[in-house]
Amino acid sequence: MTGGISKRINRIQFALLSPEEIRKMSQVKVITADTYDDDGYPIERGLMDLHLGVIEPGLKCATCGGKVDECPGHFGHIELAMPVVHVGFIKEIKTFLDATCKSCGRIKLTDDEIASYRKKFDAMSLSSSDPEIIGLMSKKVTDEASQRMVCPHCGVQQVKVILDKPTTFREEGIKVTPKEIRERLERIPDDDLIFFGLNKEVARPEWMVLTVLLVPPINVRPSITLETGERSEDDLTHKLVDIIRISQRLRESRDNGSPQLIIEDLWDLLQFHVTTYFDNQTAGIPPARHRSGRALKTLVQRLKGKEGRFRSNLSGKRVNFSARTVISPEPFLSINEVGVPEKAARELTVPLTVNIFNLESVRNFVKNGPAPRDEFGKYLPGVNYIIRPDGRRIRVSAQNAEENSKRVEVGWVVERQLMEGDIVLFNRQPSLHRMSMMAHTVRILPGQTFRFNLAVCTPYNADFDGDEMNLHIVQKEEARAEARIIMKVQEQIMSPRFGGPIIGGIHDHITSLFLLTHENPLFTEEQMIHIMSYVNPEKTPVAVVKNGKRYYHGRDIFSAVLPDGLNLKFTSKLCASSKAKCEYESDPADKEVVIVNGKMIHGTIDETAIGPFSGIIIDKIFRKYGPAEAAKFIDRMTRLAVGFISQRGFSTGIKDYDIPENAVSRIKEISDEATVRINKLIETYREGMLQPAPGRSVEETLEIEILSVTGGARDESGKVASAYLGLTNPSVIMARSGARAKMLNISEVAGMVGQQSVRGGRLNRGYYGRTLPHFKVDDIGGKARGFVKSSYKSGLDPLEYFLHSIGGREGLVDTAVRTSRSGYMQRRLINAFEDLKVDETRSVQDTIGTVIQFKYGEDGVDPTRSERGETVDLDYLIFDAEQEVQ
Amino acid sequence: MGKFNVLQHDLVPEHHLVDAKEEQKILKELNVAKDLLPKISRNDPAVKALEEIHGPLENGRMIKIIRKSPTVGLSTYYRIVTGEVFK
Repeated sequence: MTGGISKRINRIQFALLSPEEIRKMSQVKVITADTYDDDGYPIERGLMDLHLGVIEPGLKCATCGGKVDECPGHFGHIELAMPVVHVGFIKEIKTFLDATCKSCGRIKLTDDEIASYRKKFDAMSLSSSDPEIIGLMSKKVTDEASQRMVCPHCGVQQVKVILDKPTTFREEGIKVTPKEIRERLERIPDDDLIFFGLNKEVARPEWMVLTVLLVPPINVRPSITLETGERSEDDLTHKLVDIIRISQRLRESRDNGSPQLIIEDLWDLLQFHVTTYFDNQTAGIPPARHRSGRALKTLVQRLKGKEGRFRSNLSGKRVNFSARTVISPEPFLSINEVGVPEKAARELTVPLTVNIFNLESVRNFVKNGPAPRDEFGKYLPGVNYIIRPDGRRIRVSAQNAEENSKRVEVGWVVERQLMEGDIVLFNRQPSLHRMSMMAHTVRILPGQTFRFNLAVCTPYNADFDGDEMNLHIVQKEEARAEARIIMKVQEQIMSPRFGGPIIGGIHDHITSLFLLTHENPLFTEEQMIHIMSYVNPEKTPVAVVKNGKRYYHGRDIFSAVLPDGLNLKFTSKLCASSKAKCEYESDPADKEVVIVNGKMIHGTIDETAIGPFSGIIIDKIFRKYGPAEAAKFIDRMTRLAVGFISQRGFSTGIKDYDIPENAVSRIKEISDEATVRINKLIETYREGMLQPAPGRSVEETLEIEILSVTGGARDESGKVASAYLGLTNPSVIMARSGARAKMLNISEVAGMVGQQSVRGGRLNRGYYGRTLPHFKVDDIGGKARGFVKSSYKSGLDPLEYFLHSIGGREGLVDTAVRTSRSGYMQRRLINAFEDLKVDETRSVQDTIGTVIQFKYGEDGVDPTRSERGETVDLDYLIFDAEQEVQ
Repeated sequence: MGKFNVLQHDLVPEHHLVDAKEEQKILKELNVAKDLLPKISRNDPAVKALEEIHGPLENGRMIKIIRKSPTVGLSTYYRIVTGEVFK
């Protein structure tokens, strides 16, 4: 497709096909219900007639003489024995029957009304006015006409026509046959059509009742030959066979004067087949089925819905130069890289257009053949195809490589296999935001999976439990430039959602750097070198000398990955919230992170510093030094983290949740106390002494009170448990540093699981008046309503386990429901917003230029470049300036 | 119930009728043609309330709306009165 635009659409007109027009379009009148004869040759005047086009190689079209790829296919037609209604126009036919006189065919409006409405309609032109407005006006007029029960033109009393869905019309219970309907529609004068929104130049209402059926070309309904040699016809062909058969039988019965009853039955059957031929999901009639019981896919089904032509084939297309496989992590790759397996790299190609500058190097690629390696067996890019200027493709093989390399001249195109440094697009579905598709540079790796840096998991929302991702090779210079400049991972570090980094260290990265900087531990030179050997730093950490030996502080090791000149001050997550939580801090300097000129003075690195969404350090480096430096920092930071945590070792197990005997008994006391208080509350309630809270019923008050008791018990026991679990405990380290889990999860394991809930209330569903048959009816006590006293570590008893599963199920259902709902909502929003744009004046406009917003977001600020939605971060700017002055 | 003026409600942004002479100036400032501005139906309660003050408004009159905005505090928006019915 290189010719550019050959034709431009000037206008689109919707019209109805008249029977004459159908006959004119038709190349053959189909009269036989059969398709092929015994020799497998298409039967003349059958549904596979050679005039309708060719799908078999070797045959020639009887209409245009074209071969398989040349003949576009041609229409045929079927003469129906009796007219039938077209389902697609049922509503329109009903309006026509309602609004016009049954005897004279005029619209039931007085001459004065007609004259005044005509003026209004004449003021608009049918082809250029908004169809919605025309529709509204014509609805008003036809509604008015339908109300009238006596024709103002001929004075005939009107009868109400009732639509018996889907395709039968009745007048006072008596069926109006399609033939009668057609006759009535024929009587409507051309001049009245304008009131129905119909253009008299191109449409007549009686054409909505079919007398001739258009048969689509064979290309639309190709038959397939199975391996057994058996022919299998398309669903449409099956349907057309049915229609011809019934039409023939109907014609015979009518001609030899069969009883009216039989004729009517056949007529109804013909109506059924024609209806299902158009839409096999028409409400009110059973769908036509295949012999196997599968519902047939007819015309409407081909277009409608997710698997229909529009959503599946036109909005979404499959592409070449792409690959898909399982993903796995590789911490030694940069965030900008992606590891591509050799096998994929040999299939994926980049087109090189040969010119005088690259002629030599391209010839060299071709000479290497399709699977070259260097002397160490390492992958080298080869060439699969070369394309001559006339478009012919030549396959390159090991045998003809030498010879082909000499044939390559300026102007040829050579399809070179993927090589290191090529730019590619990498994507994971669902693509919910623009960071779901980013550009990476290629690294060819052994193995079968795509690999990337762990920091990039967040924007793709990927994990490695079997996720697969897609890779697309960019084919044009312009696209490659765009990919490098705007789609590369480093350019996408800042999220347009909240104006902060969406890429950052996760899980072990955070744990590791927390351990490295918290309380600033000392390391021997040997340890330091081991850790730093993972990194490729520009600086080396500063040593402290003790007893004649050199030692290194954790914060100084971290400083080695920070860029010079960075000044930053913030509070770490460890103590960000309440002061009460800070009981672990032995070093008061731990909470305030202070970085001066790229050297970490004090503080603890945790989620707030380097995590995705929050990472302040990443944020400030990006703003001060740009994307490349930020990418470099993330690369080094993650490597340092991996280096340190593998040197130190980190693990957690059940033993980490051991708490002393007295703590266990204290937790038991707490839960017993809670049970007592719940029972007391219930007693007060039963006595009728419970005071309702303002605006609540007594029952609601009771539930709220009980929930606060159980919630209090869980928090209390959690506190008791965590008093024995300090920052030496790996789980606590993970929770406090923000690497994974929350303190709540730890207290569930060590302390108490607590109240289970469904929709914010205690469990109350299941049996009549109780959750399980183990409880008495109307027992509203703690245990009966899902209060779990045990901890995960001590184990839940069977009843608790079951009730816990009820609470757990709610979460699963919620996620399932939420994803489908928000998915649909997002689809609607995207479709509504897809072609809005922001222009140079920062105003938001649609394609016509209508202003939607005078300033984008009312302040004209790009959220990507904002400081978490704010225009500036003054505290940082002042601190930075202060330090730079010094 | 007495007559209620929507414009006095806390949640309804300020609506002002733009002086016909000033319209050109504003359009020039915004650099857009008048028919490309957002529209407001003459059935809109706010327009009806303005008509109480200024008398009937013909189609094409410009209305200035001052809204509270989370991003800039107060933002101005312009709309053109139209006879179209919005669904």
